[in-house]
Amino acid sequence: MSDPTLPAQIFVLGATHHRVPIEVRERLAVSAETAEVLRAMLARLEGLQEYALLNTCNRVEFYGVARSPQTVDSVRRAFCERQNFDESEFAQFCIDLRGRPALQHLLEVASGLDSQMLGETEIFGQVKDAYALAQSKGTTGAVLNRIFQKAFQAAKHVRTNTAITAGQVSVANVAVDLAGNIFGSLDGARVLLVGAGEIGEKTAKAFQSRGAPALTVCSRSFDRAAQLAASLGAAAIPFDQRENRLADFDIVVCATSAPGTVMSAEAGAAAMRRRPARPLLYLDLALPRDVEVGVASHGNVYLYNLDDLAKVAEENRRAREAEVHRAKALLTEKAEHLWSSVSGRVNGGNGTAAHA
Amino acid sequence: MPITDRQVLWIAAACYTIGLLYGTFCLLRSKRHSRVLMYGVIVVGYVIQSLGLLMRGIAVKSCPIGNSFEIFQFCGWAATTIYLFVGATFRLSMLGYFTACLSAVLAVMSLSFSSWDATHSKMLGDSNAWVPMHAGLAMFGYGTFSLLALTSVLHLIRHYSLRSKRLGGWFSFLPSLIELDQIGLRLLGFGVALFTVALGVGYLYWRIDKGTVDHLKVIAVFLVWASYVAVFVARIRGKLVGHYFALACVVLYLGALASLEPVNRSRYPTRSKVEERATS
Repeated sequence: MSDPTLPAQIFVLGATHHRVPIEVRERLAVSAETAEVLRAMLARLEGLQEYALLNTCNRVEFYGVARSPQTVDSVRRAFCERQNFDESEFAQFCIDLRGRPALQHLLEVASGLDSQMLGETEIFGQVKDAYALAQSKGTTGAVLNRIFQKAFQAAKHVRTNTAITAGQVSVANVAVDLAGNIFGSLDGARVLLVGAGEIGEKTAKAFQSRGAPALTVCSRSFDRAAQLAASLGAAAIPFDQRENRLADFDIVVCATSAPGTVMSAEAGAAAMRRRPARPLLYLDLALPRDVEVGVASHGNVYLYNLDDLAKVAEENRRAREAEVHRAKALLTEKAEHLWSSVSGRVNGGNGTAAHA
Repeated sequence: MPITDRQVLWIAAACYTIGLLYGTFCLLRSKRHSRVLMYGVIVVGYVIQSLGLLMRGIAVKSCPIGNSFEIFQFCGWAATTIYLFVGATFRLSMLGYFTACLSAVLAVMSLSFSSWDATHSKMLGDSNAWVPMHAGLAMFGYGTFSLLALTSVLHLIRHYSLRSKRLGGWFSFLPSLIELDQIGLRLLGFGVALFTVALGVGYLYWRIDKGTVDHLKVIAVFLVWASYVAVFVARIRGKLVGHYFALACVVLYLGALASLEPVNRSRYPTRSKVEERATS
């Protein structure tokens, strides 16, 4: 039984992509139903004053305020029990931070510094959702409310004042950014997707998410093209019409598994004669390549293959990495400041990292 | 001691230079400059420059394009005027920086060479209201072509970045190709229209008094006008597109700048011509 006269302790307990492979993360993932059961279990823990659960594909983390270190151990036990996971195995890779390092960790997570894809911004929304859910369930209090609010402010500050989120780091998003460099807003851009495979679909979705409304799919198998088009809310055209109708499109995404090229330089030149003033962008995501290199001989045609896009993504990633030090310094400053304002209400000294 | 028009124009030049330095500082740090701040600095410079040119205009009792100093000032002022509309409408990043560079260079250069402002000639046919109108419209035309040259330079840099597959760093701050192409086409159309009206008005005066205008000026200005019209028609018909169009606009602008020399010389008729006119 914890002593209510003792000051409380901020903690982070969980597992992330840094130490845990995907097979294990799958076992640790918390579904909505599981979360309800967990909440009921945690509600019975006497020393747990506040908590929030952050559950994404790359991490399962409990952020909380506990009366004593034993309470944190109880949270770990409850979690392992619910997930039917061996506690000693969990202890080998789990992160267990207390006090100021726990604060620093939350700030870094919210800023995307701890993400698998450095600087990604999706995590910010996920942390916000986790906090909102915890608030709605009444499991947060004065300390976590302040910490999370400050974490959001710090994340925004880092995004504004460093280049940690600059540029895209996935091939699909780099392709969409590239199209933006040519066409500006993608509202009026017409996209032709050649090939109905996974890469093409991913890229098509990336274009749709950035506002490209007119998407057309063609594939060597018309049925597959029609199927994918239906799922994307797009149109489908027969494969043999791809070159005749080239002039109707601004962006051509090629991602077939054809052994040879499927877009000839002659067809490209013919299309440009019909639409000379408007640029044409080929994104050749196939291996072996789908587009003849000669298409780029026209001044208004731009051709990027998989290597080109990967190179841009790599450059962006390196640029983000170069900002990590500066971003961490900013967050350390924020964490220090935040710690000085909340440490009166909680203990833990400068904090510990039990297994980090 | 009252402030002189040149001192006011120096202050305006300082504002544009601040914009230039601020933009350069941001570029060197790979940071996007604040468009509002850049626009604000240019607006302040523009207002002060307008005041300086107004003071000069009142002093010389005509449109202040009576010597090289005034022509450069007026040309920079006209380019900034067009930018203030274009920049507010199209929100083209980097164009503000480039405008600040152009305005600063034109302003500082014109102020640095005191010989450019040593003499001032009254415009030929100064009593005729069509002549200042012709000159003012032509200067606005040159200002528009200045801005067109800037957007064309941006276009060429963007094209280079896309072709060389270098999209990071400050290349990421450039506007898209389509935006640059559209704004370039509109500026060209506007500049051609202004220049056509200016030349039309000038022709009306020239027809009355052919002896007052150098043939070299007429030929040079006609060539500039015809070249811009040809490029405009070629662009509309899709014969000159993309970076070739941008390159043509930059080259033509260099030609337009070169044409200012015969234009300027034409405003100082040779003694023999003056005597000839006096005797006739």
